[in-house]
Amino acid sequence: MVLLKVKFPFQRRVKVAQGLWLLSWLATVSGAFIFTLGIFLKSELRKRSEVMDNTEIHAVPNTLIIVGLASVVINFFAGRICQDSLDVARFPRWRGFMVPYFAGAALLALLMLVAVIMSYAMKGNLEESLKIGLKNGIRFYKDTDTPGRCFQKQTIDLLQMEFQCCGNTNFKDWFEVQWISNRYLDYSCKEVKDRIKSNVDGRYLVDGVPFSCCNPSSPRPCIQHQMTNNSAHYNYDYTTEELNVYRRGCREALVSYYMGLMNTIGVVVLLFFLIQMGVLVSLRYLQTAMDGVVGQENTECETEGYILEKGVKETIKLTIQKIAKIFQPNQVQNEQAESAPGTAG
Amino acid sequence: MAVLKVKFTKTKRCKLAQILWILNWISVITGIILFSLGLFLKVEIRKKNEIMYNREIHSVPNMLIAVGVIACGINFLGGKICYDCSDSNKFHRWKLIMLPYIICTFFFTFCVLVGALMCYTMKNELEESLYLGLKEALKFYKDTDIPGRCFLKKTVDLLQMEFRCCGNNGFRDWFEIQWISMRYLDVSNKEVQDRLKSNVDGKYLMDSVPFSCCNIYSPRPCIQHQLTNNSAHYSYEFQTEELNVWMTGCRQALLEYYMQIMQSIGFTVLIIWLFELSVLTGVRYLQTALENVLLQGDPDSESEGWLLENGFVETARTNFNIIKNLGKSNQINATRHYKAPE
Repeated sequence: MVLLKVKFPFQRRVKVAQGLWLLSWLATVSGAFIFTLGIFLKSELRKRSEVMDNTEIHAVPNTLIIVGLASVVINFFAGRICQDSLDVARFPRWRGFMVPYFAGAALLALLMLVAVIMSYAMKGNLEESLKIGLKNGIRFYKDTDTPGRCFQKQTIDLLQMEFQCCGNTNFKDWFEVQWISNRYLDYSCKEVKDRIKSNVDGRYLVDGVPFSCCNPSSPRPCIQHQMTNNSAHYNYDYTTEELNVYRRGCREALVSYYMGLMNTIGVVVLLFFLIQMGVLVSLRYLQTAMDGVVGQENTECETEGYILEKGVKETIKLTIQKIAKIFQPNQVQNEQAESAPGTAG
Repeated sequence: MAVLKVKFTKTKRCKLAQILWILNWISVITGIILFSLGLFLKVEIRKKNEIMYNREIHSVPNMLIAVGVIACGINFLGGKICYDCSDSNKFHRWKLIMLPYIICTFFFTFCVLVGALMCYTMKNELEESLYLGLKEALKFYKDTDIPGRCFLKKTVDLLQMEFRCCGNNGFRDWFEIQWISMRYLDVSNKEVQDRLKSNVDGKYLMDSVPFSCCNIYSPRPCIQHQLTNNSAHYSYEFQTEELNVWMTGCRQALLEYYMQIMQSIGFTVLIIWLFELSVLTGVRYLQTALENVLLQGDPDSESEGWLLENGFVETARTNFNIIKNLGKSNQINATRHYKAPE
């Protein structure tokens, strides 16, 4: 019982072949576009890799790159096949190629769906990675003399200025960390000694933030130090002041930036998936229709095209049997080999 | 005695016409490039017009835009002419227009050259404008409550952060102006009153800079206040400290940025000028060759092409005489009219 049978007179075959040729070129260009999107996303993630704890999120751009490359190849072949399909002499040479081709195309379609799902589902992963990465970045902000960490200050400052954010969750993260290096603290000063003694770890904690947290839109010059002390500054109320430093945390800023990118890319890949399915379905119909033409005298006769020759369940059974046969010949040979020494002996 | 005479067979003429057709179309594209370069420069200057005193330094970009548009038009016409010139019959249509066209294009290439040179000479005008504009912007930094100036603080802060500069000539410019608004100064405080009294204008001057001057590459947290006071900060020496705040002045930083853009644009325009000149030379040769063919009468024969029929001096003399005679013919008419009433 054939699946989705359609009659194909000669004219319809020609039209399908022409339409498919155009569509396959469109799909090739889209595949190249997806490839460049993957490269772009990877480079954006790489730029901020210093504040990310792990590189698991790179699975998304890697998948996009593979999808892009594979689709360019598959659609290129689709174009060649449909070009040859109008010439009955040249079409038969693609016969042996069709089964592995459709298997590869099915794999590509699956990979595309996986990419779309990943671009929405990996938000939690990204957030965790940024949480740990930013925590470390803020902790090592002061270590500008420790090799391997000396760039953290610069990275965090640039990040806070570019994304207009402050700290991990918000600016209060800076109150819990010593972000002034011991090299610049005067230990003979009483105030410094008091502060260091005031907490268990002996850290110099202040209610101040680095200059990169300052908001240029504030009408007054930036108040970075003694932020919670209203009496230290004239006409200043800590609880109502909103324009002084950036209120948003850098984790939230970065997550929203990257999720924006990945969601847009996910929508584009979904559209591309629809185009790709169109190409594959048309190609299957064209192939089955042409199979009917080969061997006939009148090449302009009407033939039938279908998706599957037998129903879905039967096709799956046959496929499993075929795969089983590939392993079975070894079994039969082994049995014969076992019985042969017996007869010989 | 013709200048740079070259013999042209019929096939050579046809080939020249075809090549010139293609080159003219390429020139249309270069005209579009000129136009877009002018537009780009205009946009870049506009982006920073809040800190420029003279908001109309638009002479160079306007020139480039105009030259680009005219180049497109001229080369489009040139393309049509050269396309028709490959056939000697169609040449009749363009015979009368070609010489004026060549003269116009010759003067136009001067405009392209002037455009290129202007790119390099704009520096002084720009520097003056930036100096005065930045001075004003720094003066009004504190006026975030006065309409018309309320955005200057944000503009200057973003400028200093983006171009990694501080002040007009250097960070000391901030020491000479009051950049903290009176709204945030506790005038009842004795220290504030002392500072206000300490200078003639009653300004609250400090040896501090805004946060946007801070250098991100400094190993220590930024020291913005009491910059000249070594004892106010631990392990700090004002004279040797170079990484604390940005040392470049914003005028110099902006000037370098704009001069870089202008130099690349100027270089591109010079190359386009050379290209236009070579296309013009080709068209001149084609015109003289085709005219000589017409004079000889046989469209398939060989003819000569040149840049000028006689030498430079003779041509200059002839043209000068023509212009003089134009003036003279008016004089003779005037005397005739004067005599008539008698």
